[in-house]
Amino acid sequence: MTQPIPQNGTSKFVLEARSLGIYYGNFRAVIGVHLPVERNKITAIIGPSGCGKSTLLRAFNRMNELFAGTRIEGEINFEGQNLYDPSVDPVEVRYRIGMVFQKPNPFPKSIYENIAWGARIHGFKGNMDDLVESCLRQSALWDEVKDKLKQSGLALSGGQQQRLCIARALAVQPEVILMDEPASALDPIATLKIEELMQELKKNYTIVIVTHNMQQAARASDYTAMMMINDERAGTVIEFDETNRIFTNPKDKRTEDYVTGRFG
Amino acid sequence: MAESTIKWVETDKRPLNLRRKLRVGELVIQGLLFFSGFFSIFTTIGIVYELGKEALLFFQMPEFNLIGTIASVEWKPHVGKFGIWPLVTATMMTTVIAMAIAIPLGMGVAIYLSEYASPKVRSILKPVLEVLAGIPTIVYGYFALMFMTPLLRSVFGNEVVQIYNTASAGLVMGILILPLITSMTEDALSAVPRSLREAAYGMGATKLEAALQVVVPAALSGIAAAIIIGISRAIGETMIVAVAAGAGPNFTFNPFEGAETITGHIVRISGGDLAYDSVDYNSIFALGLLLFFITLTLNIISQRIVRRFWEVYE
Repeated sequence: MTQPIPQNGTSKFVLEARSLGIYYGNFRAVIGVHLPVERNKITAIIGPSGCGKSTLLRAFNRMNELFAGTRIEGEINFEGQNLYDPSVDPVEVRYRIGMVFQKPNPFPKSIYENIAWGARIHGFKGNMDDLVESCLRQSALWDEVKDKLKQSGLALSGGQQQRLCIARALAVQPEVILMDEPASALDPIATLKIEELMQELKKNYTIVIVTHNMQQAARASDYTAMMMINDERAGTVIEFDETNRIFTNPKDKRTEDYVTGRFG
Repeated sequence: MAESTIKWVETDKRPLNLRRKLRVGELVIQGLLFFSGFFSIFTTIGIVYELGKEALLFFQMPEFNLIGTIASVEWKPHVGKFGIWPLVTATMMTTVIAMAIAIPLGMGVAIYLSEYASPKVRSILKPVLEVLAGIPTIVYGYFALMFMTPLLRSVFGNEVVQIYNTASAGLVMGILILPLITSMTEDALSAVPRSLREAAYGMGATKLEAALQVVVPAALSGIAAAIIIGISRAIGETMIVAVAAGAGPNFTFNPFEGAETITGHIVRISGGDLAYDSVDYNSIFALGLLLFFITLTLNIISQRIVRRFWEVYE
């Protein structure tokens, strides 16, 4: 069961998956996904473990194919271009669509270098000190690290590391930031900081977040896509709507069971 | 909730007894394992003792003096000339030449294997490298003498390149050490977590940028350890230099001249029929001790570096 294909041609959608299927070899992980991602909004992807949330997220910046060797059906439109067109350079895609991972993974370099590196490889010519400060301020980390920019990024706490990873993603100025359970390895206070940060960031960026934490999706996102394994044992989006509707008045019984904790 | 269908299985349980039991099998295995560990320590102590004892005989000889060893460039123990430099410079030259081959090639192969090669290419290349590592060094020695030297002579001219020369031995030694550097470097690169590569790719880095600017720096201590182990292998390598580098101490920095390394000298002296307790005979133990300390120092340094390297990701 899939939802109807959304209207096309409206520029308010930065990203749009259409009839998307994702395969690992012969294994069909995700099938028939239609998912629009609206500009300057936070779109959450929720669903039980193993339903293909991360696989779907990683399809948005062609991360899957690097290590897993996935195959794609259908298309993902980014600003009107199909990301999976043979003429598209995946390196360029990942430059425009950044990513924050589940476990904080700062480079074993200084805090400063963690941020400067991405800008440098893309030929940033401006004032690097200003850029580093700007990214650290945007990720609400500046006050905590401004006196120790030369220290290793690995010396920070988990929550700080994750905000450093967000700052690092901002340094290449992507249009979209994909977040793969960015707070699942963090304590509640650090989690709250990340959520507040997301609200700040959506003024300038579009965010897609995968989360296991339903309160997080309810609190932090504007739209929510509910994923589940379908009858053919492949993950798919069973319902997509504004977040408050998903959580207060879902159309699909399975969504209701899941968000109210009565699943299974 | 559906009615439980789990069947409860009763197991026979011993009566409660918390007293220590004697487990003979455990004790025997523990003893054997302890013995294996102790055996290697004992061997090392034995070697150091024997080397030290014989070297001491040399140091106590009236002919020996330390100043002469350091200040002179002539090594002729039988006439009381103990200038160590010709042997040391020859060792340094073969080592530098070998590393000039092994480091860049080894790093290149390792980076290729760990970051670029498809599983199929890797499954071919790695066994080939292991074959390279398995060739006896005497074969490498004759490869240097019969192939590398004529090659050098045809390129640079017979009047420039002597039949025995350190360049040929060093180059072939580089090939010998290549698999060692490659496999240690590749281990270091593979130990870099995938999440770091993902982070780099996620920012739009190319493969080369991710490999050279993120993965290699993250593996640097492991790579440094690989290089140091390679150097100590080159310093201690014997057969190739004994066959191809030249017989006879020669204080020179010309790689196309013959010269004798520390190891090559020990082989030649100990292979001849020398009287026990002669100066020449005793001197080779002092040389052995010198070699031992050089490689021991290098190995300790590399262990330190490797330990630091493991700490980073734990």
